Amino acid sequence: MKIIVCAKQVLDPETPSSIFKIDRDAKRAVPPPGADPVVNGFDEIAMEAALRIKASVGGSITVVSMGRSFVMDVIKKPLAMGADELILLQDDAFETADSFVTANVLAAAIRRIGKFDLILCGRQASDWDNAQVPLGLAELLDLPCLTFAKNVELSNGSVRVQRVTPDGHEVLEAALPALVTVSNELGEPRTPSIKGIMASTRATPTVWGLGDLGVDPSSCARVELVELFIPAREKRCEMIEGEDDTDAGRKLALKLREAKLI
Amino acid sequence: MPEGNGVLVVGELSEARLIATTSELLNAGGKLANSLGQPLHAVLLGTNLSNASEEAASLGAGKVFLAEHPLLDEGHVEAHVTALQQVCQQAQPSVLLIARTQLGREVGPRLAFRLGVGLAQDAVGVSVDPDTKKLLVTRPVYGGNALAVVALSCIPQIVTVRPKAFEVAAKDESLRGEVVRVPVEIPTSVVRTRVVERVSGEAAGVKLEEARVVVAGGRGLGGPEPFQELEKLAKLLGGTIGASRPACDAGWIDARSQIGLTGKTITPDLYVAVAISGACQHMAGCSGAKVIVAVNNDPKADIFKEAQYGVVGDWRKILPAFTEAVRELVR
Repeated sequence: MKIIVCAKQVLDPETPSSIFKIDRDAKRAVPPPGADPVVNGFDEIAMEAALRIKASVGGSITVVSMGRSFVMDVIKKPLAMGADELILLQDDAFETADSFVTANVLAAAIRRIGKFDLILCGRQASDWDNAQVPLGLAELLDLPCLTFAKNVELSNGSVRVQRVTPDGHEVLEAALPALVTVSNELGEPRTPSIKGIMASTRATPTVWGLGDLGVDPSSCARVELVELFIPAREKRCEMIEGEDDTDAGRKLALKLREAKLI
Repeated sequence: MPEGNGVLVVGELSEARLIATTSELLNAGGKLANSLGQPLHAVLLGTNLSNASEEAASLGAGKVFLAEHPLLDEGHVEAHVTALQQVCQQAQPSVLLIARTQLGREVGPRLAFRLGVGLAQDAVGVSVDPDTKKLLVTRPVYGGNALAVVALSCIPQIVTVRPKAFEVAAKDESLRGEVVRVPVEIPTSVVRTRVVERVSGEAAGVKLEEARVVVAGGRGLGGPEPFQELEKLAKLLGGTIGASRPACDAGWIDARSQIGLTGKTITPDLYVAVAISGACQHMAGCSGAKVIVAVNNDPKADIFKEAQYGVVGDWRKILPAFTEAVRELVR
């Protein structure tokens, strides 16, 4: 079983809004000083799904990541978790790639990898929240696409997932090769073992540039970023205080009554 | 860039009627159509579309394109993409608006890639650039920390619109649209995913998205038991309970109760957030609440930046006293 996992290096989504900064001229987020990026959380969960499949039916896991630059200790985390191979798609042109460029570049890389059975992606990236690249990949590679999986199982050349829906879940099935996006309901990704971390520090990722992929980003781009800014928050919070917490709780109820909210 | 004409709203149905979001799209689409000097149209997909078709016309659609096919009733993404590709060929819209629902969030991108055009996901604002006549789409990014304004370089410009980002359209029963039937061909082979089973655990009581009052708990609750306390309060207020993602991921409460970027978007009159820090990924799902009340032991918690009323302290003491006082007041 050959599994490909797409993983993105992103600004840590836990960055407190108080230190989240935008460079309005460059139209991009400015990482807080000293803060490392992380592997997109949903992509780590995709990696977790891949490891569970590998444990049950065997196979290999290739992780593909695309970006202008990488923090090696960060992007090697999937290797530390247990991936067999890491391929970095790296080029200055990827700094401003929209979802359409990204999907085309990833599709080219996956074609170059060759035969595979399953592509796993996180449901969305926590920076641009588009949830678009996996669907684009499925279109470009002409694959069945199953989304928001909380469970992924392979058997007899097909994949079966439990898909999270607003009021429950549905069980979907498709023939392999296929693309699956995973949701957080799948469960926490495992923490890499010390052995895994040591092995990953020794591993050298494969690096492919634009020249290796034969994609022209400017002809694939479809979205122009006009402006990026932090919206003003105007709300003022009225703090309810009491003699102690119990009293404050009571006063809150009275205040809401006064405001005709209850 | 080839010209297109008209703003086309993709309608979505639930039990043969338009969902509220379609009406919101017709409202937003009508304003865009005015700015562009182009007509507003709608397309409906499925079978048994006549009532919904009249409804779309009464909400402002000049033409209502009907793509009738039984495969479209099942909610198969691939069938909808195939049908919409054919509808776009006939209608040649300059703008296509799709609701960012479970179906639309997948149909939109796949259609865009199939047509080779751009798409803006999760719009909370749309306008027309007076110079270029291109759409300017505002959408939250970085979990809601920032807003991006994007433009699209191809026609049709496809936009998926966040539910509840716009008011519903005004209804005028006297409006009669022109019905245009589009014969769509959908080979069964396009549907490559099979639904084996649907498990809908519709929670009893008030539906989260429709509740007037929502009482929600977060990571700070520390376990599943406190949600019973929240439930008591919610019942008194005629509402229902919700949760932040950490509480759902920890298994303290069902994932269907999750509010936020990857959960549900709610717009209640009153939102009571207990032990929720207010990360923007959570606020993305509840910032449309008319009034937010926050209880948190950290005075610096982000939730107080969005709340109208706040109490700093231990929810274990505040909540029972609050619930008891509410019980007396609403009696």
